[in-house]
Amino acid sequence: MRFPVIKSLLTVSILAALACAPALAQDKVKIGFVSTLSGPSAALGVDIRDAFMLAVKLNGGKLGGLSADVSISDDQFKPDVGKQLFERYVKRDKVDFLTGVVFSNIMLAGLPEAVNAKTIYLSPNAAPSPIAGAQCTPYFFAVSWPNDAYHEAAGQYATNLKVKSAYLLAPNYQAGKDSLAGFKRFFKGNVSGEVYTKLGELDYSAELAAIRAAKPEVVYTFLPGGMGINFIKQFMAAGLNKDTRLIQPGFGADQDVIRAVGNDMLGVFDTAHWGLDLPNEANKKFVAEFEKEYKRLPTIYAAQGYDTALLIDAAVRAANGKIDDKEALIKTLKTVKFNSVRGDFRFNTNQYPIQNYYLREIVKDGQGRLVNRIVGQPLLVNHGDAYVKDCPMK
Amino acid sequence: MNHKTPFWVWGLVLAGAIALPLFLHARDMDFYVSMLSRMMIYGIAACSLNLILGYGGLVSFGHAAFLGIGAYTVGILITEGVTNGWVGFAIAMGLSALVAAIIGAISLRTRGVYFIMITLAFAQMIYYLVNSIKAYGGDEGLNIKQRSDFGLGLDLKNDVTFYFVVLFVLVLSLVLISRIMASRFGRVILAIRDDDVRVDAIGFASYRYKWVLFVIAGTLGGLAGALMVNHQNYVSPNLMHWTQSGILMVMVILGGVGTLTGGLWGALVLLILEDVLAEYTLHWQFYVGWFLLAVVLLAPKGLAGLLRRKSTRKGGHA
Amino acid sequence: MTGILLLEQALNGLQFGLMLFLLASGLTLVFGIMDMINLAHGALYMVGAFLTAWLVQLTQSFWLGVVLAVMLTAVIGMVLEATLLRTLYARDHLSQVLATFALILIINESVRMIWGSDLPLSMPKALSGPVELLPGLRYPSYRLVIIAVGLVIALLLYLMVTRTRMGAWVRAGASNREMAMAMGINIRRLFTGVFGIGAALCAVAGAMLGPLLAVQVGMGENILILAFVVIVIGGIGSVWGAFVGAILVGFVDTVGRTLLPMLFREIFSPQFASAAGPAVASIAVYLLMAVVLFVRPQGLFSGR
Repeated sequence: MRFPVIKSLLTVSILAALACAPALAQDKVKIGFVSTLSGPSAALGVDIRDAFMLAVKLNGGKLGGLSADVSISDDQFKPDVGKQLFERYVKRDKVDFLTGVVFSNIMLAGLPEAVNAKTIYLSPNAAPSPIAGAQCTPYFFAVSWPNDAYHEAAGQYATNLKVKSAYLLAPNYQAGKDSLAGFKRFFKGNVSGEVYTKLGELDYSAELAAIRAAKPEVVYTFLPGGMGINFIKQFMAAGLNKDTRLIQPGFGADQDVIRAVGNDMLGVFDTAHWGLDLPNEANKKFVAEFEKEYKRLPTIYAAQGYDTALLIDAAVRAANGKIDDKEALIKTLKTVKFNSVRGDFRFNTNQYPIQNYYLREIVKDGQGRLVNRIVGQPLLVNHGDAYVKDCPMK
Repeated sequence: MNHKTPFWVWGLVLAGAIALPLFLHARDMDFYVSMLSRMMIYGIAACSLNLILGYGGLVSFGHAAFLGIGAYTVGILITEGVTNGWVGFAIAMGLSALVAAIIGAISLRTRGVYFIMITLAFAQMIYYLVNSIKAYGGDEGLNIKQRSDFGLGLDLKNDVTFYFVVLFVLVLSLVLISRIMASRFGRVILAIRDDDVRVDAIGFASYRYKWVLFVIAGTLGGLAGALMVNHQNYVSPNLMHWTQSGILMVMVILGGVGTLTGGLWGALVLLILEDVLAEYTLHWQFYVGWFLLAVVLLAPKGLAGLLRRKSTRKGGHA
Repeated sequence: MTGILLLEQALNGLQFGLMLFLLASGLTLVFGIMDMINLAHGALYMVGAFLTAWLVQLTQSFWLGVVLAVMLTAVIGMVLEATLLRTLYARDHLSQVLATFALILIINESVRMIWGSDLPLSMPKALSGPVELLPGLRYPSYRLVIIAVGLVIALLLYLMVTRTRMGAWVRAGASNREMAMAMGINIRRLFTGVFGIGAALCAVAGAMLGPLLAVQVGMGENILILAFVVIVIGGIGSVWGAFVGAILVGFVDTVGRTLLPMLFREIFSPQFASAAGPAVASIAVYLLMAVVLFVRPQGLFSGR
């Protein structure tokens, strides 16, 4: 029976030959973009991608003067898939930058691949506390905000309101833990419940029953993407909005959630580092162009994706297109100035941002649409993060 | 069951397998060497499943659990500083053997679809258990900083070196399996697969034979898992999800149930097919699905059966 | 306060259990009568959910969309049975596993190609608020409707299986297929019919759960495994067994998910409690199945 083995081998070899990708070209900036583009939380990844590509398009298809070659992949909300995609981008395609990931657990799975291959990862969202502190690395830049920050601002808001009891809910992963730790850091009242749900959980009937039994003054949840949408819908369906007040971090009350939940969102307060109505030129252009191109209002995620592209553009331009010297590029990224849609932007020593955080409220705009409007003075001004002291980078 | 593939063919295949990574490395295509290592590891896993599925006729829907146990054992040990490969792999295989012994002892008392369900149940229990251990990543998985250290001047971080280690283990596993099935133990196993009641009547305790086979298969699965965590520098509970067990079964069935290298071919074909199709379309799973369907309908004995000359004997085993 | 909590959790468990029953009943009939392992059963549940989401948008009416989607899914199920699945009855379980596994891939991707990876589906406006069952317990009215729908269907199924001629054929086929054929029952049409009913039941579950969970590709895989557990506990081929098994599993899962973490939180840190609680709850379900299999290997109410 010699033939089966040989034939099997031939079959395998032919297939393998087909799998080999063609050789790569030079003189462009290659970017590997990995994000969650499918599933209930796809809206987040899609927003980041759309905004990023919008920035590239508005720049004539270039970043920093070099033609931009962006390769986009879907991590399917799975850490192992994300990790494999990272590996492929750094090892096979040898990209210059990696970016895109929404969720911290996926980013944490893939980051070692980038670091090992000395490829810079610019995060348009996930920015967990370990990487801000003891495990910081020069190959990681958070272009968004430290994971704790929105929650710290929300905790500050609750303290300002003199809230006595708060019930906290977050998914059981790094960003979830960061979020509630952040809230507690600035909240001076009593935490009557602290519950961690399964990441990706969609049915909160059990948790809502527990909240009803605990009768807290305020409910604060960190539930990004589809999780938050379902929670809020079920929260409203259970009539809990009559018993307790819901405070959200910015993305829990952003356009994607508003689209899904509807008018029930009116009057919800949330915290964020950016808003549609921030009065700087870059932001006005961004919001207008995004709405023109995609026929919808951008979310925080989109703003971050856009800023990431702007940062790459500024850094590559400042480096005169010489992006092979990673060390120099990192130094450039740390200090380069660019017109961020959030106004003032600068990096801390751990390569996480220092910026303002605002209180927002959901109201109806001139066209009757539900939007977030910035209210009052910033809750936190020029705020870094609590972990920078643990990071040895200077 | 014939495997009269002459030695010179195996020699040729082996020579090719040895030459390939060197060739790829020379062209700076180490990424593909890493890809091949991953496929071979799945091949080992599939062959270990074939032991009980193909030769034993036991449809176990929980085999991925052993991969997970092997992977997490080595992963946790390395995280805690025990990086010695010999120690890590030995403990991984030992633990897999132990768990297989327990699961086997209970499951083998059932038959047919109940056996399938109870192996599935155990695998799911282990999956949820591991998922809840947040200290080692839980849902997010566990990143390990380095690969196992076997001494002997082997740096497993080197893709080519790692490939040869995996190849070595693969060859060793295949030799082991072929020896087992050629022995008296193996012949009893095949008889049990045909009709275990009859075998009991003759005087062989079929339960005990099946149990030993189950433990061996589980141990080999643990070995594959230990290699897997090394390859990915990462392990997550997803490795033990029932869909992974399903994929392993698909590989075995694809390659040819009850053949020595069926699991290996099934793994290679499925994984290469996936990678090739993924290059061209987002909807590669659609085409893989049709391919598998075609195999079931047109090639009942899997690919190995398709490539074999039509046997004059009708019927045969699943 | 605890009384209300327990009552609310009991209702949640009942709701989940009834939906599981819809899936499990179809599965147990197919398995019991045709002796076929159908891994693609969860995919039909997903198709039902997607069709509902799509038709609700098209017709702008929730209930009309649901009814149409259920009928459409039943037709799809019957076509599937008559073309592909019929050829698998004679094959061994392994081939059935491979074929239906392949079917999952094909159906998942087909849905993705037609509608994308998810579709929004909201509960009807009239039902998106709560109903005051007791002072202090405002339970979502939609979930009450689900419970009602589940109970009504369970009753209808029971009547069909025990009181109608088709039901008698089904019971005959489940306990002894050869004998049933020998008695002159048109097995082919029976099988197609049974499969169609199973598909319809899946679609109802998908349509009902869609607004609560998320209509997304792959939603079938998670619930499929629980459905298998249910039919093993209940006994393959027994609709009554599927009912009892589903309610049991629904309760164990829901109660486990909430009461266990509460218990653990008294002793351990909130993060550990939150991780261990659901894990133990999930394990409890499988442990339940293992124990049942050990004590009564054919399940609680096996028809055989």
